This record gives sequence, structure tokens and C-alpha cells, in this order.
Amino acid sequence: MNIIIVGCGKVGQKLAEKLSQEKENNITVVDLRRSVITDLINQYDIMGVCGSCSSLDTLLDAGVKEADILIAVTGSDEVNLLTCLIAKKAGGCQTVARVRKPEYAKELHLFKEDLGLALIINPEFTAATEIARVLRFPSAIQIDTFAKGRAEILKFRIPENSMLNNMLIRDIHKKIECDILVCGVERDDMAFIPGGDFVLKSGDNISIVASIKNGTKFFKQIGIKTNRVKDTMIVGGGATAYYLAKQLLATGIKVKIIEQNPERCVELCSLLPKASIINSDGTDNRVLLEEGLEYAESFVSLTNIDEENILLSLFAKSKMKGKLVTKINRIAYDDVISGLDLDTTIYPKNITAEYIVKFVRAKKNSIGSNIETMHMILDGKAEAIEFRVNEASSLTNKTLEELNLKDNTLITCIIRQGKVIMPRGKDVILPQDTVIVVTTNIGFKDITDILL
Amino acid sequence: MNYRIILHTLGWVLNLEALAFLLPLVCAAVYGEPYIPLFAVCIGVCAFFGILLTLRVPKKKTMYSKEGFITVALAWIVMSIMGALPFVLSGFIPSFVDALFETVSGFTTTGASILSDVEVLPKCLLFWRSFTHWIGGMGVLVFLVAILPLAGGDNLFLIKAESPGPSVSKLVPKVKTTATLLYRMYFALTLLEILLLYAGGLDMFSSLTISFGTAGTGGFSIKNSGLADYSPYVQNVVTIFMIIFGVDFSLYYMLILRKFKDVAKSDELRVYLGIILLAITFISFNCRGLFESAATAIRYTAFQVASIMTTTGFATADYDKWPELSKTMLVTLMFIGACAGSTAGGIKVSRIVILVKSIFKEVKLVSHPKSTHKVMMNGRVVEHDVIRAVNVYMAAYMLIFAVSLMLICIDGKDFTTNFTAVASTMNNVGPGLAGVGPTRNFGEFSTLSKLVLSADMLIGRLEIFPILVLISPYAWRK
Repeated sequence: MNIIIVGCGKVGQKLAEKLSQEKENNITVVDLRRSVITDLINQYDIMGVCGSCSSLDTLLDAGVKEADILIAVTGSDEVNLLTCLIAKKAGGCQTVARVRKPEYAKELHLFKEDLGLALIINPEFTAATEIARVLRFPSAIQIDTFAKGRAEILKFRIPENSMLNNMLIRDIHKKIECDILVCGVERDDMAFIPGGDFVLKSGDNISIVASIKNGTKFFKQIGIKTNRVKDTMIVGGGATAYYLAKQLLATGIKVKIIEQNPERCVELCSLLPKASIINSDGTDNRVLLEEGLEYAESFVSLTNIDEENILLSLFAKSKMKGKLVTKINRIAYDDVISGLDLDTTIYPKNITAEYIVKFVRAKKNSIGSNIETMHMILDGKAEAIEFRVNEASSLTNKTLEELNLKDNTLITCIIRQGKVIMPRGKDVILPQDTVIVVTTNIGFKDITDILL
Repeated sequence: MNYRIILHTLGWVLNLEALAFLLPLVCAAVYGEPYIPLFAVCIGVCAFFGILLTLRVPKKKTMYSKEGFITVALAWIVMSIMGALPFVLSGFIPSFVDALFETVSGFTTTGASILSDVEVLPKCLLFWRSFTHWIGGMGVLVFLVAILPLAGGDNLFLIKAESPGPSVSKLVPKVKTTATLLYRMYFALTLLEILLLYAGGLDMFSSLTISFGTAGTGGFSIKNSGLADYSPYVQNVVTIFMIIFGVDFSLYYMLILRKFKDVAKSDELRVYLGIILLAITFISFNCRGLFESAATAIRYTAFQVASIMTTTGFATADYDKWPELSKTMLVTLMFIGACAGSTAGGIKVSRIVILVKSIFKEVKLVSHPKSTHKVMMNGRVVEHDVIRAVNVYMAAYMLIFAVSLMLICIDGKDFTTNFTAVASTMNNVGPGLAGVGPTRNFGEFSTLSKLVLSADMLIGRLEIFPILVLISPYAWRK
């Protein structure tokens, strides 16, 4: 599959990395800056074209005529849209554009139809949605939903003295009467897809698959509170903060935004009449304390500087007991950051890349089954993919025990006519089911890929 | 420095060479020559070391720029040492240094020989000698990348270090596909030449060896008289194919993609063909008295010009006896060489074009100091990095040339011999003038000179920097 990535910023580079891992992708990147291109070419097995992104010559050089998908992720919405338009006319490929400005948010469907875009992504909006989801269920570090919200993968840290400490995974559903499945464990820097003999420890980050009802029940049983937060404090009033506040206010969560720029504060005031907007420097800890950080139920740091966000969250952690969310835009020390115990960290570039990778993968799979949803879990070390099984194959109508799965691959959930089934060895996959698979093998496109 | 990956890759190079030894073995079997055990031993030695080195798969597969350069330099040296085995073991070239010179000359597609009589060699050895040209022409590591599932984007450094030209780029996004495409085109063109020569009445053995020599722009021939005794048809076919193999292979890829406009836009191609035409015109005019008709004059000059310009080094005439003007022009052509991205040696037309254009740029800057100029090539601006690299390349080239020349002079031969010996080895041409003219050979040089010239051939083929990186302490320092 020939893919052109236009714009090699944070998201562009992440996409180049993720997409070039899949063998059959031929990737060409386009950017104005030669140094960025040279770096990328030396790092990944891809080709680079240096030139103005929205010029036809450059796109022709990049092989737009033979391209299957063009992804425009430059810093400018307008350039992205123009590039997609030209690419569509010149080559007839599928186009994906990043459009992030809030003023375009209402016109997105219009762009999509009139300009023939296959997908529009708004990283700030998706990041905000993700944060909002976590705030509604603060005991989890990460929540990924599947099957239109029927099933979830919840990631949380096993607290000290939890009943899960030293428990065999096989024993969980005997001791806790709740139908869930542990699909991943992160300990130190390692990620496992555990078998029944795996022993859980306090301090592990574990990911479980459950239906919404069972997820809540499970947390209650192991003694973790599941109440959603009642209020939140946000530092930094950018686009993400706006989208987040809007979603939270709609569900009745109180929002306080601390923003330094007075003009932006006025703007936010008119956009979000229900939120309280504080015009002050969020990095000043006196201000935070004065605004009641100690009593806040959740704290979200969304400034544009990653280091500042991390420090803010660490400070907040020392002062309060509530939920912490940290946005990290740029820096790449994932392992170090996850060692800091920052509770939830959100990487907008990863979320965006994840969306696009899912789209690309779904484009090239066969008719037999379709990728419905895809999420990176376990710190990006594994993928959770929801497949729709459209027709009978070598895998249907057989009990799961009979199937010969690849290593590190787990069928975690079967959804049949809206009912979530936690599969056991005697269960079968039938046509028309959707199946959630968790795997550390990257690049599954079809449900049959999980077989050896 | 990731030593493991370097050794691992070297292991694969040796395995590949073991495979390559199969062909002369088959050749010995076909012609009933008693050298099958000899090549079996060579295969055994190569495969032994190769398998030993490849058994341990390195955990870290990252190969950065310096590992790439060092791997390429080491690979060529190791390959040449192993490739010399059949000559030494068979006793036809008893001295190891001589055999090494001959093999380096083969792999680097130079075609300079220390043998005064090649016709006494058995066919299988002649075959191996010519086949080294074919292997060296497009490069071993390019082949390795094409067939081996080595780690991802980092292989680009291998190709960059091995392929000639000021800026090496990929044809398609994947390194592996690029390498495969290059070899496919190389193979197809070679096959075409073999068929054309065979159709012209040559026997299979001659067609094969001559085609290998042309394809790699090498120049070893299987007769003492070079290609002089072959029919005009054969000579013309070889002339055309020498020119074809001197063209940038990415242009052939564009032809396959039907991007004719881009091919026509290539400055390098136009200058390359222009120089060839001009040289043929001048030299044939200058030498008209030596031949009976204008047509023969043109045929002979065309062959010689194509052979020297593409740094092949086949000869159909003893141009050492031509007028001084013609000789000087031919020596100049040696330095220019053919296009970047071809199998030929020399400085490369594209570098010359960039250098000449930078000179014009400087001249303009003197008269209008504040004006802005950019060097353009193929309708695009040449990046400053590329110009810098070309300048440094030229400086290093001249320095190494001067040092080699002085080392060779210790032997006490005349200046023309020494100068053209260094020029023809460093540019991977083969024969020079006077003492190393087309009818003479390099056998009379001292051991030191032979080693210096072998090093020059490697330096010329790998375009200086891999060898410099290999011997520089900076690269090895932790």
C-alpha cells in the first residue's frame, strides 16, 4: 500500500514510525525542511521528498498518482485541506487531513463531503474526549472503548495491600465474582500478555477487558472507588482545554481553567460561560493553592510545555488526592515518564497516529472481516483490535481451544448481537460476531491473521 | 560501535562469495578442467568463515552511518582476499600480492592485470576473473540488501557507502525494493548483451565473459590482444553497452515508469553523451591518418573513447601509439568517468558538472558580490551539503592521487607510466599509457607499488570515504 505523509511534525514522524513497521507499506514523506526528511530517511525505511506540500509538482514527485492514501498533517489546517484537494484531483487517492482549529469544528462534515476526504482528525478534540472519559471513571489510568461503548479495556495500577496482590490470574474469577479478563500487565519496563499462571503484584499496571457494567462491579469488589469526579482544575487554556471543558460542563462537572493570556481568557469566557476562568500564571503554586488545588477532585495540566505539565502534576500530586491527567506533546521519554507515577498521561500525537493507523489498516484488509476499532495499549507495546467477522473462515465455528493462535495473542472478548461474552475455551466465534483481540504482534489486518 | 552487526554482515558477504564460487566450479565441470576440488576448497573456506560469523545473530540490529561505511570497506577487503584464493591455490599467480592485485582489480571493475599472458589460464579461472567484475559492478552489499531481510531503514547507509555518486537516493520507498530493482535492471541488461553477442556468432564462454566485463565496466578480457581480434559487430555491440552501463540506473527506472521528460531533463546524461560525442569527433579527426577509412577511424575511436570514459578499459587498438593530443584527451576522460549511479568509476560527470557550475557561481559572485546564486542541476537546486561533499571529495581525491604517485615513483619508472598507472587504477579504468599501456601490464611494479595501486582501486571504487573512515581513529574511538 503506497502512503504519502505530508508534513513531518510530531504526528507525521509518529505515523512514519508506526506505518513503516508494517511490511507492505511503501511510505513517502513530504516536508519543506530537508534536515527533517534526512533524519527520517536515515531512521526508517521510507522515501522523502523535499518541497512545498501543497504544490502539484512536489506531490507528483512523491508519487501521488500511484498512492493509495495521502495523509496531510502539516501545522496548518488550510495547507492540509488544500493538499488533500489537489491530491484527490491529481491521483484519486484516499485523503486524510488534520483539521484542528475550533472555528472549523462545525464545518468538518462539510469538508469531508465536499472535499471528498476519507477522514478528518482533530488531535485536540480526540485528546479532550479521552481525558473526559478518564475523568468520568477516575480509578482507571486509561480507558479504551470497543463495540460502540459496550466493552472497555481499563488500565489501572494495583494499589498497595490490594486483594489482587499475589493472586494467580486463573483464580480471579473464582475469588471475585465478576466476569472480566486480564489482557495485559506492565511491570517495570516490560509488558506481558499473561497466561493463567501469572501472579499479579501490587504496583503492576494491569489492563482488563470488561463490559461497562462488569467493569464498575469489578472495581467495587476489589475496593476501588469508581465515582466520577465532581470538579476539575485545568491549567492552560488552549484548544484541548476548550474541548475538554465543553464536554465536562455538558455532563455537569464543574470546570476551572487557569490561563495566563488575558485575551484568551476573555475569549474562553465568551465560549464557556459556565466555566470559571482564572487569569493567572498556572505555574505559580500560590495561585494553584489559592484556587483550591488541595480540595479539587481532579487536576489536568494542558500547557504547551511538557516539562511544565509534568512538574505541575507532580506538585499537584503532593498536595491533593484526586485524579491527575498530564498532557505530553513532544518529549519521547515514555519509559521515564511512566516511571514517575503520574497517573494518566495523554499523548495527543499517539492518539492521532493511532486513529490514522487504524484507518490505513482497515483500508487494506479483505472483505472477510473488518477492523472496527483499534487502540494501542500497554504503553504502545500492544494493540487491541476489534474485528467484525463478516463471513465464515478457518476460524469460525471452532471452539477457541482448537484454534492455534500466534504467540502473545489473546481473544479477549466476543460481542454477539450486542451481548458481551468473556470467552472461555469452549466458546466459538460465529459469523457476524465482533471479536476483540489483544496482541503484541504489530500489523494484524484480518481476524485470520491471529492464527499461526 | 556495533561490532556484532558488522561481523554478521561480513559473514553474509562471505556466504555470498561462497555461492559465487559455484559458478566457476560449474564452469570447470562443463569444460572438464581439473579444478573442481580447488573451487570446492574456496567454497569451503568462505562458507566456513561465513557461517561462523552469521551463526550469532546480533541483538542490536541498528547500523548507523559509521557502521555502514566500515562494513562496506571491510567487506570489500575481505572479499578481495578470499577472491584471490583460486589464483594462488591453482599456482597460476603464485605471489599472493599479485593475486590480490588481480582480484581487487576485478571486484573494483578496474581491469588492470599483472598477467602478461592470460591465455594460459584455464577457462574456469578466466570465468572467475570476469565474474568478479559483474559482482563488483553493482556492488555486493546492494545484492545483500536485496536478498536478505536485514533490519529496516539502516541499510540505506550500506547502499550509500557502496554506490557511486555525490548524492545517493532510493528509487522507491523501500531499500530492499530499490536494491532488487537495481539488480533486476543490471541482470536484464547483461542478459541482453550476452544474447546479442551470442547472436553475433561468439561462443557462449566469450559472450559471458565479455558481457560481465562490460556490465561491471571492468575490462578483463580472455585474450592477450583484448578485444582487437573480435568482429566489428562484437566491437560495436560492446561499445554501445559500455555507454549504456555508464548511465545512471535510476534513469532506466524512469524509462520503465515512462517518465521520459525527467530523463530528458537530466543534465548529467546530456553532458555525458555530449562529452563522448565530442571526444569521438576530435580524436577520430586527430587519428584519421592511422586508419584506412573514416568509418574505421570512427569505429576504433568510438570503442576506445567509450571504454575509457566509462572506465571499462577494454581495448581494440594500441592507443599508446596514437598522437599526443588523442592520448591526452583519453587520459582526461579517465578522470571524468561516467555517470553517478552507474557501474563505472572516475570522478563522475555529475561531480564535474557541479564543480564547473560552482566555478561559474563564484565568478558571478566576484562581479556582483551581493547577488544570490544557487547551483542548479536537473532543474533543481543542488543542496549546499552536496556541493560541500563534492569539494571535499575533490580535495581528498587529489591528495591521495599525489601521495600514491610519489609512492609509485620509488620504482623509478617514467612519469607517463606512473601518472597513468595511478590515474587508471584510482579511476578504475585498467590500462594507462607507456609502461602500463593497453598491450602492457602492471606485473613489473614492485610489491609496494602493487599494494598502493590495489588500495587506490578500492579507494576509487568506494569513493574514498569508506576507506578513510575505516582507517580513521575517530570512527573507532568509543
